Amino acid sequence: MCADLTADLVVLGGGPAGGHAALAASGAGLDVVLVDEGAAPGGQVWRAPGVAVSNHAALGPDHRAGEALRAALTASKVRVLAGHRAWLLQAGFTVHAAAADGAARLQAPALLLAPGTTERVIPFPGWTLPGVMGLAGATALLKGNRMLPGRKVVVAGAGPLLVAVAASILKGGGTVAAVVDLGSMPEWLRGVPAMLGRPDLILRGLGWRALLLRHGVPYLTRHAVLRAEGDNGVASVTVAPVDGDGAFEPGGNARRFEVDALLVGHGLVPASEAARSLGARHLHVPALGGWVPELDGLGRSSIAGLYIAGDGAGVRGAAAAALAGAQAGLAVAHDLGRIDAARHTAEQAPLAARVARAARFGRAMAALVRIRPGLIAAIPPEATICRCEDVTRAEIEAAFDEGARQIGQLKAWTRCGMGPCQGRFCGPTIEALAAQRGIAAEAFGPMVARPPLRPMPIGTLTGDFDPAALTLPPSLPSS
Amino acid sequence: MARATDAAPHGTADVAIVGGGIMGCSVALRLAEAGMRVVVIDRGGIGGGASGVNAGTLSLQIKRLSLMPYAIRAAEHWAEMSARLGADVKFRQSGGLNLAFTEAEEAQLVTDMTARREAGLPISFLDLPAARAREPGLSDHVRRASFCPLDGYSNPSLTGRAFRKALTARGVAMIEHDPVLGIEAGDGGYTLRLQSGNVRARRLVLAAGAWTRASVLQLGVDLPIGARVNQMMVTERAPALMNGVLGHISGLMSLKQSDNGTIIIGGGWQGEGAVGEPGRPVMDNLTNNLRFATLAMPALAPLRIVRTWYGYDGFVPDFLPVVGVLPWLREAYVIACVRGGYTIGPCMGDLLAASILGEEPALPLFDPARVATRVNTPVPA
Ligand SMILES: Cc1cc2nc3c(=O)[nH]c(=O)nc-3n(C[C@H](O)[C@H](O)[C@H](O)COP(=O)(O)OP(=O)(O)OC[C@H]3O[C@@H](n4cnc5c(N)ncnc54)[C@H](O)[C@@H]3O)c2cc1C
Ligand SMILES: Cc1cc2nc3c(=O)[nH]c(=O)nc-3n(C[C@H](O)[C@H](O)[C@H](O)COP(=O)(O)OP(=O)(O)OC[C@H]3O[C@@H](n4cnc5c(N)ncnc54)[C@H](O)[C@@H]3O)c2cc1C
Repeated sequence: MCADLTADLVVLGGGPAGGHAALAASGAGLDVVLVDEGAAPGGQVWRAPGVAVSNHAALGPDHRAGEALRAALTASKVRVLAGHRAWLLQAGFTVHAAAADGAARLQAPALLLAPGTTERVIPFPGWTLPGVMGLAGATALLKGNRMLPGRKVVVAGAGPLLVAVAASILKGGGTVAAVVDLGSMPEWLRGVPAMLGRPDLILRGLGWRALLLRHGVPYLTRHAVLRAEGDNGVASVTVAPVDGDGAFEPGGNARRFEVDALLVGHGLVPASEAARSLGARHLHVPALGGWVPELDGLGRSSIAGLYIAGDGAGVRGAAAAALAGAQAGLAVAHDLGRIDAARHTAEQAPLAARVARAARFGRAMAALVRIRPGLIAAIPPEATICRCEDVTRAEIEAAFDEGARQIGQLKAWTRCGMGPCQGRFCGPTIEALAAQRGIAAEAFGPMVARPPLRPMPIGTLTGDFDPAALTLPPSLPSS
Repeated sequence: MARATDAAPHGTADVAIVGGGIMGCSVALRLAEAGMRVVVIDRGGIGGGASGVNAGTLSLQIKRLSLMPYAIRAAEHWAEMSARLGADVKFRQSGGLNLAFTEAEEAQLVTDMTARREAGLPISFLDLPAARAREPGLSDHVRRASFCPLDGYSNPSLTGRAFRKALTARGVAMIEHDPVLGIEAGDGGYTLRLQSGNVRARRLVLAAGAWTRASVLQLGVDLPIGARVNQMMVTERAPALMNGVLGHISGLMSLKQSDNGTIIIGGGWQGEGAVGEPGRPVMDNLTNNLRFATLAMPALAPLRIVRTWYGYDGFVPDFLPVVGVLPWLREAYVIACVRGGYTIGPCMGDLLAASILGEEPALPLFDPARVATRVNTPVPA
């Protein structure tokens, strides 16, 4: 069954950005369809709890923001297609999406992308063991299913997610053996001026810290994971001190923790593949997480009718994402002639100042997750870089040695990025390895984005069909 | 990576080759082995064009009848390719089946494949049980199949890496990521204008694939080269499902399972796009390409497609190769529009190189003059 829908605007992604974009556009009179692959809108941080979760009050402010968004969407005229995976975007615009029970083809003169991020994990020995999980994946388990990723865990990496995830584990009744942070206290303090604009978030962060203290969880700054070990899954994690560049201190005091899970993340990377698959111009901006679309201040991309908002346009955090979504939703309504310039200007005005403040906070957080060259240099040759295709650092370095200078060559020669994730996970690491060779990101290039945006079963794409009705194009000469 | 200014350190190269696909590289290899000073220039990386993104099917029976002698010769090249290049291109002589689903297709299969057998290709005809003995996953739709033991495949992703290694070992200068922007004919040969400087060479070989028309125009000659936008897809890794390469008499199927378990699906279904930009899917063609493939192999249905991609293949109206000397110019050659060029490329390159070296090629070339016209003013890129 293929549902054919037409609208004024299709929004891809129902997180803070996409959700608020849809509401703003709908409020301005547009007919909006919102697609999200999740079971309900909410996105990464405002994720809807699964049916198994009963004590909603304990879920905190993100949960309340998510409930508010879902309620507002329900009350609005926005048509929400949850559980729909967008896999092909075509100019003009057509969005092809697939659900468990069929397919949908959505057509609209405007398309707004709010696909969020993927998590960056810098490889270390043992990072592909079962039980090693990204901070985002762990959050999805905790929020969506109230499942603990492990009984006793180490939480490691960089940035504000560390404490958030560690606190959720404790609240869920788990044990945190240690929080292992690449950053140092002075680095955190450098972010304070920017954070002052968001006292609520500071308070929440401090609350999490207090919880860690109460549980006596060691918080190791300027530390990183040296290796994870175990036979069938992670059983121990060894961590050691690093310098400000992420390089392990020679002779540093390594510590080993017996655990059954390691939750690790080194920052978020904008999911730019949807926009790139349509040919939108992108720039490499490390402070925003990597490749980001070239946008005007209101989310308009280099392609007429294509708008991009939220962390998918550069990592700035949930609050900024929601505001940027609203800005872009209004811009669509204006550009489609549904609201006049005066109303547009008036409605944008209050958003601009708030988004600037929110983005400042997000950027301060982003500085904490910058890629540290010492940590990249420390990846041992035998460590897997591309887990889909089992490509090691040594194989990648051999390709560089032989003269590969572009991501396409590296892919072809080593198969890195050719598996189901299509380089979403290994891409940033490979880019960082190229940077260590002095190859600029712009020359190296992002992996070319091609459909499908998510792996798609052949049977879903073919649907049921009558073989006799299959028409073949003409053959080329055979004689 | 060489820079243009040091590409011909001793002055003028003997030959400059525009385009480092399988055509340009095959010519370069043979000329370098014969002692010529060769420079290969590519706007991207060596082997990054059609030669690096094609299906990798080395099926002889699906080639045009008129190209049979070339295909048979090419199979000999492929059998020793890895050894000659000093790098594994994952060549597998798996044998291949060509299928017929309907009565009309069966009749055509018998006619076409009998003609190929008469042209010297080993071919046998199999009914469904016999075909299933080779390819157990075949569906009941299959009425008849032809089998050729010389058919096989290799991994085109490795073309660039392998040829780079071989050309480096033979002292060929390679200038990559540097498009040829203009070409001028002079007294002692040709001057090629690159972003990084000029390259001079006594002879010129244009092997720019689907981009060749633009290069030839720079010399005041037009070849009516069009481009097909061939669609490819690949699945995630799957358990062993297939043994060899699978085609269909219509030419619209190309299936194989690579060493790592992924299934590579092609067949010349068309996407859309202009040469030089990433091709885009045409929805019906994407769906029907997959439908047609599952007609042959129903077990494909649950596998997930992880990527689709497009490559550009040049052609002229008679769909025959354009290989030989360019009219109106001195010692300028072109090698393009070889359908099934990944298979036949090594043979064509060898034949053109022989003619550049002043030898009589073992098989006739395909005179570009048959489609060439003169244009008054050379067209700068
Ligand atoms: C573990 C974790 C914790 C975080 N905690 C905080 C925090 O405490 N505070 C904070 O400010 N920020 C936090 N963030 C960052 C926060 O998630 C983002 O800033 C915010 O979610 C961005 O909103 P967004 O709408 O841009 O993207 P998202 O919320 O990620 O939403 C994107 C949506 O798009 C959908 N989608 C993507 N591709 C497709 C497709 N092809 N088809 C269908 N649907 C698709 C996804 O399902 C998702 O619902 C956290 C992030 C993570 C990973
Ligand atoms: C998707 C697809 C599937 C195919 N499947 C098969 C198959 O299974 N079996 C088979 O036998 N054949 C197949 N073919 C055909 C085969 O791939 C081609 O015939 C063959 O690779 C052509 O080789 P080439 O060297 O002429 O062109 P290319 O490999 O395209 O090389 C041309 C090179 O010229 C360079 N270039 C262009 N312009 C310039 C310039 N101005 N300056 C510098 N460099 C320039 C390009 O960057 C490129 O690298 C397929 C083709 C495609 C597109």
